[in-house]
Amino acid sequence: MVYKLKVNKKDYSVDATPDMPLLWVLRDLLGLTGTKFGCGMAQCGACTVHLEGEAVRSCVTLIARAAGKEVTTIEGLSPDSKHPLQVAWLEEDTPQCGYCQSGQIMAAAVLLRENADPTDEDIDHAMSGNICRCGTYPRIRKAIHLAAKLQKQGGTK
Amino acid sequence: MTNLPKSNRRQFLKAGALLGTGLVISFVVPARITKFGESAEPDPVASFAPNAYLSIGSDGGINVLLSHVEMGQGIWTTLTMLIADELDADWKNIHVHHAPPGQPYMHTLYGLQITGGSSSTWSEFDRYRQAGATARMLLIAAGAKKFGVDPATCKTENGMVISGEQKASYGDLATLAASLPAPAKVELRPASDWKYIGKGLKRLDAPAKVNGTAKFGMDMQFPGMLTAVVAHSPVMGGTVKSFDATAAKAVPGVKAVVQIPTGVAVLADHFWAAKKGKAALKITWDAGANASFNSVTQMEKYRALAATKGLPALNKGNVESALSQGGKVIEASYDFPYLAHAPMEPMNCTVKLGADKCEIWTGTQLPGIDQAVAAKILGFKPEQVSIDTVFLGGGFGRRATPTSDFVAEAVHIAKASGKFIKMVWTREDDMQGGYYRAAFHHKLKIGVDNNGYPTAWNHSIVGQSIFEGTFLSMLVQNGIDSSSVEGIADSPYMTEVKDAYVGLHTTKLPISVLWYRSVGHTHTAFVMETIIDQLATEAGKDPLEFRRTLLKSHPRHLAALNLAAEKAGWGKALPAGHFHGIAVHESFLSFVGQVVEVSVTNGRVNVHKVTCAIDCGLAVNPDGVKAQMESGIIFGITMALYGEINFKDGKVQQTNFHNYPILRMNESPEIDVHIVASTEKMGGAGECGVPPTAPAIANAVFAATGKRIRKPPFASIT
Repeated sequence: MVYKLKVNKKDYSVDATPDMPLLWVLRDLLGLTGTKFGCGMAQCGACTVHLEGEAVRSCVTLIARAAGKEVTTIEGLSPDSKHPLQVAWLEEDTPQCGYCQSGQIMAAAVLLRENADPTDEDIDHAMSGNICRCGTYPRIRKAIHLAAKLQKQGGTK
Repeated sequence: MTNLPKSNRRQFLKAGALLGTGLVISFVVPARITKFGESAEPDPVASFAPNAYLSIGSDGGINVLLSHVEMGQGIWTTLTMLIADELDADWKNIHVHHAPPGQPYMHTLYGLQITGGSSSTWSEFDRYRQAGATARMLLIAAGAKKFGVDPATCKTENGMVISGEQKASYGDLATLAASLPAPAKVELRPASDWKYIGKGLKRLDAPAKVNGTAKFGMDMQFPGMLTAVVAHSPVMGGTVKSFDATAAKAVPGVKAVVQIPTGVAVLADHFWAAKKGKAALKITWDAGANASFNSVTQMEKYRALAATKGLPALNKGNVESALSQGGKVIEASYDFPYLAHAPMEPMNCTVKLGADKCEIWTGTQLPGIDQAVAAKILGFKPEQVSIDTVFLGGGFGRRATPTSDFVAEAVHIAKASGKFIKMVWTREDDMQGGYYRAAFHHKLKIGVDNNGYPTAWNHSIVGQSIFEGTFLSMLVQNGIDSSSVEGIADSPYMTEVKDAYVGLHTTKLPISVLWYRSVGHTHTAFVMETIIDQLATEAGKDPLEFRRTLLKSHPRHLAALNLAAEKAGWGKALPAGHFHGIAVHESFLSFVGQVVEVSVTNGRVNVHKVTCAIDCGLAVNPDGVKAQMESGIIFGITMALYGEINFKDGKVQQTNFHNYPILRMNESPEIDVHIVASTEKMGGAGECGVPPTAPAIANAVFAATGKRIRKPPFASIT
């Protein structure tokens, strides 16, 4: 059936079965490949996107649930790749293989919006659903603290 | 940026021969090269390609071609730095690409195109600087000719050749430079002139990795391409007896179902339809030889085998006689499970097959082998197969299979179906589909002197060979696979041991095993560093002091050990309930010491802090070395606390990250890395951070609980 989707402020209509996860709609039907497939069962967080502003695992979010709602992916996080998290991620040289990083940044973006000055414990809580096999956790932690600082100094969302 | 223009391809071919890298065989220009994963567009500008590693366009764009692939280790940046330090290029014009398979990109030592063995930086240190220096000399010669001056009056700066008041950009000089003969002799800059080497540079691949534009194999999408998902035998090595695809073909979006040697592939418009199609297949499997394979009973057989004498990997003095003299003897045995690499990006490969050519897109550590394997399946010549290597979503050895398993499977699907396909493995396929760090058993009997130092060492090792029957079979000598005994037969602790026998039993099993980040050192370092710790504590000596005594003639081990101990505050008070453990190990020509701070609460092991020191000789990109230590340590903690693949009735029991856990943010310790100031021989950084971590944790757990760990993983101490 046909679903209406709003992704990164753009309207789309897609023909899909109701059980199709948002992840595959984004990747295979809309060509937005920044959102990654890692596990398919909400274990790794590589597929994290925002649904109405909340971080969800798109691999287990069915299209029927996402239809008509605002979806934001890594491609839509900022118009110029200058979100404080993206700036901080580069400053700390955070990515290694990079495959999990879209999901990490999307999870961190919700944390930073809700909590302008997260503690290490807040970061543990918000980020423990996202696996990084390269082990970039220490740099992700530093980058989130730095992004919080940048955001306070007037960095824009 | 950019498809390489045709003139450029010829230049590469010519330059490869000029550089003395031999005849260019199987050289295939990549079908599409992208800058940092941006979409490809044609580049019409003429360009200058002084060698196979870089070209300069008349628009000033500089293309660097990497003989090694980026899988997280940072080589995208480090090799480019080597060229840039000689070339004086303007950074904003540099575009980096993975090289296609080709003779000029063979490993300088290993004789094939491979990213592995933590060898990329040291093995390319001269070749990539040479490439930059050659280009700079030709550009200076072109500038001198254009200005009508002596080349000696010319200098270079930020992409310009300058002589007095005259200046010209590299782009402006590219065409002229291309017409000049290669210089007879190229001099490299002295270390004092290095701008980047030893200082570092931010990762060049990072911008594309924070906004979703970096392209991995999984992200390949083309018009007309179908997604293929494969039903594999639940028993490793099983084959299809018969199958019924009626229900699968009825799934909307499914376009074809084909049998291949490794299973049944379902081809559909997108992954979801293909996955549903796979679930609807009815397959009768022939389980084959592995139907009764059980890793628990296999380990029991290993233990029995370890009690017998294996083939000698080290043999000096007479260990049996020395151990029967009535002195104190310490005995221990260790079990190590199979391990899955589990990179974040599951295996995948895209194949477009035509009548006389085959185009492949994948993330691979072995593009040349993949090309040859694909050609063989298709009855093609290697040059009819192109391999476009995109970013690897993690490697850890898994994307370097001697059989090219995932590429071969995708090629079989394309061949059987006649379709343009992207094969995508699920996480379950990836975890259960084979290629594991082999299970190992170690059995030791160590005789010690009155001070507790080892004098006799009998060590039996049992496990499968990873090199036998592969292109690296030369690393099996006299029945000894060097990777099964590395870190033991050549251990510095053996120096002073008079009587020693290290025996190896190589088992033959139909379980596919493979190198794994830090290879044999994943288990050998654990055995050596925990048993040395035990000898120390049984002698009533401090584990650091005990090691210092044994390593007195091994200055690089000592330097790493001492720096880690000093920075960690070894011997100073820790918070209540916290304990230190220490380990030091050499691997991949580098020396790494680590001190780990651990607590054990309600039987649960918590790692609070890891202090690490590395001597890798010259650290070309110091922050990159630190990043690799952090990465290796976290990889090592996962291995220590969680890593375990088990077989029951030939089936892998683990399926996904819920039952094959990976360390997470909330468990990730503070990590403090220090680099030993060193002018010694250069070593690697990608793997050497892994080996000391697990034994250092185990030693800290002993300090906390009095229990010696003999069987990783050990997240819970009972």
